[in-house]
Amino acid sequence: MSKAKTFRGGIHPAGNKELTSTQAIVAMPAPAEVTVLLKQHAGAPCRPLVKKGDVVNKGQKIGDSDEFISAPVHAPVSGVVKAVQPSRDPAGSIVQAVVIENDGEERLDPSVQPHPDLDQLDAETIKKIVREAGIVGLGGATFPTHVKLSPPPDKKIEVLIINGCECEPYLTCDHRLMVEQPERVVFGTRALMKALGVEKAYIGIENNKPDAIAALEKATADYPGIEVVPLQYKYPQGSEKQLITAITGKEVPFNGLPMDVGVVVNNVETAAAVQAAIQDGMPLIERIVTVSGEGVRHPQNLAVRIGTPISEVIAAAGGFIGTPKQVIIGGPLTGVAQPDLSVPVTKCNTGILVFNELKRPSKPEPCIRCGRCVDACPSFLLPVTLAHLSDIGQYDKALELGLLACVECGSCSYVCPAHRFLLQSILVAKREIEAQRYKKTS
Amino acid sequence: MSSVVLVSLASMAGVGILLGVVIAMAHRKFAVKSDPRIDEVEGVLPGVNCGACGYPGCRAMAEAIAKGEAPVDGCPVGGAAVAALVAKIMGVELKGGSRRLVALVRCGGGRAEARETAEYVGLDDCRAAQLLGGNKGCQYGCLGLASCVKACPFNAMFMNDNGLPVVDKEACTACGLCVKACPRNLIALVPDDMYVHVLCRSYDTGRVVRSNCQVGCIGCKACERVCEDDAIHVTDLLAEIDYDKCTNCGKCAEVCPTKAIVIEEGRFLVTKKAAS
Repeated sequence: MSKAKTFRGGIHPAGNKELTSTQAIVAMPAPAEVTVLLKQHAGAPCRPLVKKGDVVNKGQKIGDSDEFISAPVHAPVSGVVKAVQPSRDPAGSIVQAVVIENDGEERLDPSVQPHPDLDQLDAETIKKIVREAGIVGLGGATFPTHVKLSPPPDKKIEVLIINGCECEPYLTCDHRLMVEQPERVVFGTRALMKALGVEKAYIGIENNKPDAIAALEKATADYPGIEVVPLQYKYPQGSEKQLITAITGKEVPFNGLPMDVGVVVNNVETAAAVQAAIQDGMPLIERIVTVSGEGVRHPQNLAVRIGTPISEVIAAAGGFIGTPKQVIIGGPLTGVAQPDLSVPVTKCNTGILVFNELKRPSKPEPCIRCGRCVDACPSFLLPVTLAHLSDIGQYDKALELGLLACVECGSCSYVCPAHRFLLQSILVAKREIEAQRYKKTS
Repeated sequence: MSSVVLVSLASMAGVGILLGVVIAMAHRKFAVKSDPRIDEVEGVLPGVNCGACGYPGCRAMAEAIAKGEAPVDGCPVGGAAVAALVAKIMGVELKGGSRRLVALVRCGGGRAEARETAEYVGLDDCRAAQLLGGNKGCQYGCLGLASCVKACPFNAMFMNDNGLPVVDKEACTACGLCVKACPRNLIALVPDDMYVHVLCRSYDTGRVVRSNCQVGCIGCKACERVCEDDAIHVTDLLAEIDYDKCTNCGKCAEVCPTKAIVIEEGRFLVTKKAAS
């Protein structure tokens, strides 16, 4: 085997994946009450289709939007709608949510219908199934998948890349999925290829997961159009733009999208969700969540219904050991620390990590101009300069230096020997510029 | 020997006079006619270059006033006194005497009153903390990282022991930079002569407010009922005072069950509750 492919820059954090990577996924029982947020995706929020007192079935659509960049949400359990009320989401904002009391009957909605053989479906039908199933990018970015499958006519898509890198430490949900259900991933990949009309697909997997590479190579043996590509173990290998560069050698242009180089990237779990939507007719009401960290009694992967409070997910993994200091939703590098454990699991929830101590000193020291952040930046930026420009409010200059090319991976903050909050400074500038642009257009 | 000194002196003087004449002619020929009022207006402006007027510094403001692009009372820092001087230079009549404004931090939930749900570790800046939701249960309350204090060019703000910013009403010039610095929109400019304020910006329901803060507005409307001047109204579960109608009677503050409405005393906003 030749040397595994990769990109320039990046970091090598301790993986800590062995806590959960060898245990099978466990299905968590549906909770007594679920809170389904009406905005779990990038794009326009849904409006509720049900009201208080309505009886809903499992898999029934309970929220939808007329906007193109949006995705519907579905009832993960059968039961009675207790309330439609504002609720806090894991990112800290307040969004509308449907609270459903589970009646335990698991009554399937009549709309949940398996679709015939993949060969009989055309591209438009697959896109429609994907949209109606509420499938979004399950790697964490939650961009609606049907939008990715519908590029503008002037952009010719040549290659589909399935992202099985899972470069964040601790997380193993994609890893276990690839090991246990490779045929689901492959079926979903074939469906996505058909929807895009491409002949070639790559499944990129970091080479710290040899069992997943072996499982997928076996499952793709009959499909010459699908190639499994082992990649070097490095963070952020799973970042879309870095992954494209590593596999195809193409560079996504500044301010551009993957489709500008003829590529669409989807996560392995998204592919598996497409399989469930086609073969079982089941919309996206469940996802695999890695519950890990030193503060959890039994770290493991759980298949959790969307809308389950994270406190119950942690309880299902044996609860806390000792006093938790920090609970993070997502990975340790890009996730968000939670002040409130009643927030529900959403489509973007890849992991729930519990730590009994903070992983870094809380007080930053002065910059010593060592340039390690510049070496680590996978987007060829100058994090130290951008952070400084943000701190002094010179957003225009930061823009000139390519601020918007930042992929928010946090490699700069990780390597900084002075423990400066580089990414947070850069984020302030990015959000400020987005807000200014939003003001101008509206 | 002396002739060398004389010749060089004479030649240098000659060159000097010649160049002087050239410069004088060039000055006449290429003179840029600038409005003399610009310098005069700049002279009476405060000269802090704070940018609160929206122009990059006092000179730019003076140019804009001279051109008629900016209003003569456009300097928020100088207030009525400077506006009167500028109006005199510009030869225009100043309309109506406006009230002096000062900044007011509309949150009373400091460390002692508001429930903290998390320990914030990160950049020492309110906007950065706002990205993560802050460390308080209340999503509307002061984040306490002093971005407004750092933004104040007049040293008119400081943080008190309770983790809340305090405005020095005498030093405050109502430039509005703190208003822009606050990501939660907590600071407003209010008339200097008003003493009764609602120190809460929470639109949450009473139950949520009470669980997060001892001094939050729960939207009970007791203040609205007791007000004789129709000056306080509860909209979207939050009381707000109309300072044009308010007479500083303080009845609303007396009936407020959570003491979210306060009567301030003195130069710094010292509430009765905090003083006790």
